[in-house]
Amino acid sequence: MTGLSEIPPPRILVVGCPDWPLVALGVDPAEPALVLSGGRVVATTPAARSFGVVRGQRRRDAQLAHPEVRVLERDVTREARSFEAVASALGSVTPWVEAHHPGRCAFGVRGPVRLFGGEAELVERTAEVVHKALVDLSGPDGRPNGGGTCRIGVADGMFAAVLAARMGGPAPREAVVVPPGGTPAFLAPLPVGLLSGDGCSPEGGGIPVARRNLVDVLGRLGLATMGAFAAVPTADVAGRFGAEGLAVHRLAAGLDDRPPGHRPAPPDLAVSTSFDPPVDRVDRAAFAARMLAESLHEGLSRRGMACTRVLVEVETGHGERLSRAWRDEGALGPAAVADRVRWQLEGWLHGPPAIRPTAPVVLLALVPDEVVPATGQQLGFWGGATAADEQAGRAAARVVGLLGPGAVRVPEWRGGRDPDDEFALVPFIPVDDGSAGERVKERGATSGRTGSVDEGPPWPGALPGPSPAAVHAVPVFVALRDAEGRPVVVDGRGNLSAPPHWLRVGGGREEEVAVWAGPWPVDERWWDPLRHRRRVRVQVVAEDGTARLLVLDVGRWRVAATYD
Amino acid sequence: MFDTVGVSRSLPAHLLAEPEPFDDLSTDTGPSGDGPPSTRALRSVAGPATVRSSLADMARRIRPTVLAVERSLPVVSALESVLPSGLRRGSTVGLSGVGARSLALALVARATQENSWVAVVGDGDLGLVAGVEAGVRPERLLVVEAPDPESWGSVVATFVGAVDLVMVAPVHRPSESELRRLAARCRERGSILLYLLRGAGFSGIGSLAAGRPDLSLSVVDATWEGSEAGPAGQVARLRCRRAEVVAEGRGMPPGGRRCEMLLPGPDGVPACL
Repeated sequence: MTGLSEIPPPRILVVGCPDWPLVALGVDPAEPALVLSGGRVVATTPAARSFGVVRGQRRRDAQLAHPEVRVLERDVTREARSFEAVASALGSVTPWVEAHHPGRCAFGVRGPVRLFGGEAELVERTAEVVHKALVDLSGPDGRPNGGGTCRIGVADGMFAAVLAARMGGPAPREAVVVPPGGTPAFLAPLPVGLLSGDGCSPEGGGIPVARRNLVDVLGRLGLATMGAFAAVPTADVAGRFGAEGLAVHRLAAGLDDRPPGHRPAPPDLAVSTSFDPPVDRVDRAAFAARMLAESLHEGLSRRGMACTRVLVEVETGHGERLSRAWRDEGALGPAAVADRVRWQLEGWLHGPPAIRPTAPVVLLALVPDEVVPATGQQLGFWGGATAADEQAGRAAARVVGLLGPGAVRVPEWRGGRDPDDEFALVPFIPVDDGSAGERVKERGATSGRTGSVDEGPPWPGALPGPSPAAVHAVPVFVALRDAEGRPVVVDGRGNLSAPPHWLRVGGGREEEVAVWAGPWPVDERWWDPLRHRRRVRVQVVAEDGTARLLVLDVGRWRVAATYD
Repeated sequence: MFDTVGVSRSLPAHLLAEPEPFDDLSTDTGPSGDGPPSTRALRSVAGPATVRSSLADMARRIRPTVLAVERSLPVVSALESVLPSGLRRGSTVGLSGVGARSLALALVARATQENSWVAVVGDGDLGLVAGVEAGVRPERLLVVEAPDPESWGSVVATFVGAVDLVMVAPVHRPSESELRRLAARCRERGSILLYLLRGAGFSGIGSLAAGRPDLSLSVVDATWEGSEAGPAGQVARLRCRRAEVVAEGRGMPPGGRRCEMLLPGPDGVPACL
């Protein structure tokens, strides 16, 4: 067994607010609703869950499970702003609150437990404070928001405490308090799948892909529970799975994932910037925060360190000092730090009046609070994230920063009968755990077509190849006439009234049709009166050699694509 | 195979100098030579001259060097007759003519199969299905809608250096200084800028004069061929396009290189005629 002589990790209390993206948007939990981010469901209300809408689903699948579900876009800024109210309310319990992501925060039990005279009292008091903050939280239209609940878990070590908070019911009555020293026993019956991330942090958390893969392997090795994995001798785990395996093994055994030895960072690693004139706008401060995060990261990596907890501090013109700690399971990369700073500034500057500073910000500082040796990343020879993938991912993330979310898109195969149906462009999501390139690849890998041949079931009625090299998003209407100058129409069986002879594109001149092929009629979704699509496609080559794909849709011909 | 021009420009001198390896090998051929034991052992099986030449040969094989193929990205076999050494890294390429998009897709196809990334800026109309048919791996594409002219330069510059191929089709007319800056950045970072020129109305090459593309490829005389021709111009389907691709620019013979090909061929892949 792992170091029995090792001192158990400190006791931690975790406060989690389930379904935070929905609570922040002021959605009633009794209403079936979901929040989408990048085309995937990231949060659902209990009502929606009862219909089988779960996290990670695509919008289409979720709507299949419950057609009337309300679909909302994610608003991370608002989540951060609302959560700051909760985190700052906890300031009356303990000053050492560290936020993990909007919706979850934690603090060490040791100090406040003496103040309140016991863990049960502490849990009760915490629940009371959080409930009050949640009730005060107003929805978008100012109406009070009664939807938020909170869960509380207490255990030795952050990992177990987070799980305890997840497993418990509404606090304080159903809070899960794991007795001191009882963490290994608490974890033992739980499935190993929980080791691959808590699943409720935004964008999958900072859990590296390597860990997800490792946990997957454990399951297939027959180590179904954490207890079974913890019983494997440490040396064997280290020999077979290396450092990552060791970290996971420690977690399963109820220890911190890193051996003690988190050291306070040398003070000269803290970075700060002052604003002159003072700023009161989040975007300006966030811009500076981005560069600050880069220089923090650079300073750390020069010493071979990575930061797992960062303190965001601001000072205002009136001398107020605000600070908040942010922690992430994986090491915080520059983009992750910049995000957290933006959330925090959003929370402070646009939060409820009680916590809003009275003057603009004059100083912003980032203090790496807890550092660990950086394990670095082994660049793969074959497969995995290569340097080129990383670089491409970083560039894409930078462009998203320049142009806004959704600006960079990657193709995803959907299948269909028309060239514009077959691939959909889905937003590229910059992931801030440094594995952006890998994520792009994962997204891309879902496209079923990898070569020039079709894979998967065929689409009867699809156009024959080769496909057009330009597919027009904006339709250009055309007039198609036969030799006598009558418009070419289509009968009920999809036959053309006459061979097309004249073509006029938009407001251009009349061109003679040299070659044409078709028609290919399609009648899609005839069972659904709302989405029924009936159309006829024709390939037409004009006398100048331009080949176009024309589509007759609701009585008008348009250029759907050009064989450029 | 060695792109000596490119090498001499990009490599420090000590890597370029033909190394004279194993100069310290004893050359005396006396039977009781006092060379190191290993030399003596080798000498017993082969003559010293053979040993030296084989060692020199091995040294040539293992020395660090930059091959032309590493300084360039491969292209599909159909395009090899116009671009025998592939697309040179750090160059700018202008594409024009009817069929420029098919040509662009054909150009990047092979590189994506070798894990190069392609960023497409400002061409939301690019047919992805056609790209896949031509051999492009869709998971290597990043597509950005046309940004407004002010941020166009910085968006493209972000991709230059980070991805191997940047395909741009600006809807506005980028300034000469901007294009010059991008071309310089390409040269420095080894990315390739593919510049898709709009139809005849856009005097693209002229506007590129400042940073005139290192290579300009144009498609001329493109005609679509149908299969099973019937009456009144009817065919069963458009089967392939016969076209001539002309490559002109730096490193090309006067008059450029020309090649007739099917762009795309019947299965979507460009084929040589």
